Amino acid sequence: MVQLSLSISPLQNDCCRFGVEGLEFLINGPYSFVLKEEECVGLSGRSGIGKTQLLRAMTDLIPYTGQLFLDGVCSTVFNAPAWRSRVTMIPAEPLWWYNNVGDHFQAMVHAESFKEKLGAVGFSEDVLQWQVSRLSTGEKQRLALIRGLCNTPSVVLLDEPCSSLDSYHTTLVEAFISEYLHRNRASVLWVSHDPEQLQRMTDRELCMEKTVLVEKNR
Amino acid sequence: MDVIALSVLDLGIAAIFVCVLSLVSLFLSLGLEWKILIFSCRMTAQLLFIGVVLRYLFADSSLIMVVFMSMIMLFAAGREVLARQNIRLKGVIGYVIGTGAMFISSFSVSFLALLVIIGVDPWYTPQYAIPLLGMLLGNTMTGVSLALDRLTDQFHKERFIVEQRLLLGQTWQEASSDIRKDSMRTGMVPIINSMAAAGLVSIPGMMTGQILGGTPPIEAVKYQILIMFLIASGTGFGVISAIWMAGFHLFDKRHRLCLEYLTVAKTGKR
Repeated sequence: MVQLSLSISPLQNDCCRFGVEGLEFLINGPYSFVLKEEECVGLSGRSGIGKTQLLRAMTDLIPYTGQLFLDGVCSTVFNAPAWRSRVTMIPAEPLWWYNNVGDHFQAMVHAESFKEKLGAVGFSEDVLQWQVSRLSTGEKQRLALIRGLCNTPSVVLLDEPCSSLDSYHTTLVEAFISEYLHRNRASVLWVSHDPEQLQRMTDRELCMEKTVLVEKNR
Repeated sequence: MDVIALSVLDLGIAAIFVCVLSLVSLFLSLGLEWKILIFSCRMTAQLLFIGVVLRYLFADSSLIMVVFMSMIMLFAAGREVLARQNIRLKGVIGYVIGTGAMFISSFSVSFLALLVIIGVDPWYTPQYAIPLLGMLLGNTMTGVSLALDRLTDQFHKERFIVEQRLLLGQTWQEASSDIRKDSMRTGMVPIINSMAAAGLVSIPGMMTGQILGGTPPIEAVKYQILIMFLIASGTGFGVISAIWMAGFHLFDKRHRLCLEYLTVAKTGKR
């Protein structure tokens, strides 16, 4: 408990879900920003600037300096797998390691809401019997979204979640994400190269530069 | 029956086969012609040398000499393990993991075999200790190098899969379990295959040697069975400990896969 109370940042207040203070990694940063509860924040920036690396640093996949807070508690208090279950990234190019789609969902297949979730992004339950090699890029992307949310993380970092989707499925996924956000009082950081989508889906938008995140005027 | 002594001429005739093989390799442009010749010469020199060394060792069977000799064998095996990997663990640690795994498995298995099973007196009698350790090290070396090569190669190729599994909140053990299991299997397949073929397809080298040397077949068979058991367990434990140590080394405290500990060898020796 001592460690817990020491790690609470003075800058955090109740409505702040996720805090980043002086985050530096590779040649980027320092970045500081907060994500509030039920807030969806857009992240844009030219390609190659390090958006994906920022998400990887926030999920503790690459070394960084600075501090990350979840509900006011510093990331170092969590062990790494626990941190990644609460703060997770949905990668732009999801990978699959078993032959069968269903094998990737073993942990959640019995949950009642699972079928509902599959339906929400346009799948019926037979998808679990499919071979991964049969999936299209877009199908992989939609399934990865469900897979990534299996631990019901409170902070979701989306790396271009609709990059391979047609407009119909984009609408489904957008609705699914906002539903998730409100039901779980989660925060979302949404990386996209589509300004209209960010305008439509996010509450505010950050533009990434090498050393700062600039709040975009809308 | 006395052993028929081989003359230099006899060995020379056998060497002609290898020279012909080397020529064929040249015509088929396999690029192996020099390797065949060089390693044949190296093998001849190594074996002649060990023959001389063993003669001295058998004459003066002191513990220190046996330990010294087995250390040289161990370090040579460690070097071979490293040389057979295309993607290696950087720095001394790569050598330490391979050598350490072989030390743990080969040495403990041969020590127990000498002390408990064969029960020679003293236990380090070089006529038993050195050949036994040699057979164990040779096989463990193959297993460990195959397994480590597979492990580093898989981590290199499938790093993003490992990363995405970590993102789902898996620990490094869970995220790398398939790769580690696969590597362990790769390392153990040769010895399982040779157990399957022993007697049916192949008459193992040691047994052949003993029978040629005049030992009654059933005695030779019993020794061969013992050796097979020892080799199988030695290889298995060696492979498991090598993979375990390498996995432990390649992930940090925050369960990140540290590929910066790997380096791609400039010239793959395969």
